[in-house]
Amino acid sequence: MFLLLPFDNLIVSLLGISLTVLFTLLLVFIIVPAIFGVSFGIRKLYMKTLLKIFAWATLRMERGAKENHHQLYKPYTNGIIAKDPTSLEEEIKEIRRSGSSKALDNTPEFELSDIFYFCRKGMETIMDDEVTKRFSAEELESWNLLSRTNYNFHYISLRLTVLWGLGVLIRYCFLLPLRFKEFLSKHVHLMCYRICVRALTAIITYHDRKNRPRDGGICVANHTSPIDVIILASDGYYAMVGQVHGGLMGVIQRAMVKACPHVWFERSEVKDRHLVARRLTEHVQDKSKLPILIFPEGTCINNTSVMMFKKGSFEIGATVYPVAIKYDPQFGDAFYNSSKYGMMTYLLRMMTSWAIVCSVWYLPPMTRQAEEDAVQFANRVKSAIARQGGLVDLLWDGGLKREKVKDTFKEEQQKLYSKMIVGNHEDRSRS
Amino acid sequence: MGSRASTLLRDEELEEIKKETGFSHSQITRLYSRFTSLDKGENGTLSREDFQRIPELAINPLGDRIINAFFPEGEDQVNFRGFMRTLAHFRPIEDNEKSKDVNGPEPLNSRSNKLHFAFRLYDLDKDDKISRDELLQGKAQLLPVEDRGGRLGQCKVLRMMVGVNISDEQLGSIADRTIQEADQDGDSAISFTEFVKVLEKVDVEQKMSIRFLH
Repeated sequence: MFLLLPFDNLIVSLLGISLTVLFTLLLVFIIVPAIFGVSFGIRKLYMKTLLKIFAWATLRMERGAKENHHQLYKPYTNGIIAKDPTSLEEEIKEIRRSGSSKALDNTPEFELSDIFYFCRKGMETIMDDEVTKRFSAEELESWNLLSRTNYNFHYISLRLTVLWGLGVLIRYCFLLPLRFKEFLSKHVHLMCYRICVRALTAIITYHDRKNRPRDGGICVANHTSPIDVIILASDGYYAMVGQVHGGLMGVIQRAMVKACPHVWFERSEVKDRHLVARRLTEHVQDKSKLPILIFPEGTCINNTSVMMFKKGSFEIGATVYPVAIKYDPQFGDAFYNSSKYGMMTYLLRMMTSWAIVCSVWYLPPMTRQAEEDAVQFANRVKSAIARQGGLVDLLWDGGLKREKVKDTFKEEQQKLYSKMIVGNHEDRSRS
Repeated sequence: MGSRASTLLRDEELEEIKKETGFSHSQITRLYSRFTSLDKGENGTLSREDFQRIPELAINPLGDRIINAFFPEGEDQVNFRGFMRTLAHFRPIEDNEKSKDVNGPEPLNSRSNKLHFAFRLYDLDKDDKISRDELLQGKAQLLPVEDRGGRLGQCKVLRMMVGVNISDEQLGSIADRTIQEADQDGDSAISFTEFVKVLEKVDVEQKMSIRFLH
């Protein structure tokens, strides 16, 4: 027992020193730079190392698969089937032409073979459609040592397993507690956002910062996750518009309102578009107010495409500052699948990813032209964002994540087909 | 797409499906991933609602008939085997298959089976005949009505394709003409043989096939 005393002292003092060192390191490398907006190149180095490791891991898996004479499951982002971009009319005419030897102007209105078009189109969408895959996490072509993104479990050799285990250890025991401490300590808005950014090991590249949104304008961006807000807000002051959430998000929202004028809505109020539009217009007309940050898609999309922009924010008549946000999914998929995971699970996944790497492009401001209406303006902004971010420009509504598609679209298809049949009939009756 | 792709599909099952449908290993794995991503209930089967959740299928005028083709008589759920069996009809016909021996069972993607699939889309009451009633119906107001047996009671195929844009009389004359042209044995209905005869020149192999990219 007497021997333990000097050891105790030694251990305690060692512990004390290491803790102090740790905290100083934290202070120097994370909090102080956050206050002054300076960054070190450590994160870039970290990113480069990770990429090298991922490439090696994928190679090992491919070798393992070859040894077992199996094929690796490789996801393809361009779809799995070949789709013809021909229209309804062209396709049906082609089917009829191949089937009948009659001259074209004697072509009857309806053929039994017309059904082939609808049949095949339907089957194609069952195998692979453009919309439903936007609402689930993007598939990666190389593995990034996160088991949540791995489909080829049985091809992992011992070495890979060790590496993966090491990765888990690092992520859960080292990175997570580190980040958790940062997450708890926040004070002033901008500094706090910057700390969050560092907490998530977010490596953000801002492009064209001269086009940053100014007061009295509206900033629109494509939406992938709540982190979008943190990313944009750490580089400028914004007033937020959005829907009131319960739980953790609600607490954060209420805290934010105390510091800055934001515009929060109930979901039922959101349906009353005039009310929303009026409040937004009031805010925008006051030139001293901060620019409003809006995500016109209305829901989180998985960052491979940009879906329909709701026209509300484009009707107000203010200058629109488009922003394109593109995440690199190799380091951690930032997509928030609200129908699958809750907020807490999502945050945990974010904090145990390798990093959040993204690029932000500030596009030049746009205003509505005289001859275009709100919908055309919205589509123009959407195309610009999609082009810059390298995303697919879709006309489909992000609301399809939760709701069924409207019947009007089916009626349009029916109308198109009817015109084909009836149109010919009219020609015949004339001759 | 789901992250459970090849982990739940056993090798034996994969081999059986390969033999039955002719799809390749990677194609089956990919379609299994698709199957699991559509299966929101995660119980290994798909219901009609799972299919209707695909927006591009929901706007297809014949969407409901196509969905119906997956479900065997009286059933509400389809498993992966059934899913693949139906999709197999749309596999392209390869050249080396055309000269296979006739002793084995006819492959699911043969010309005859493709035509049979299309015929079944028309043949609502499954009596192996397409009658005038099945092509259209008297009333202009139509909403698809599904009874528990899985057949569409009220809505007829032609009416489904054109919606409300064509009058009953016009549609009626179209249906009459179609049946008249195809009917050879004078029973005012189109049997499968007559159906095949009408479509003998159409490039069915190409029009009813879906090509995989890999």
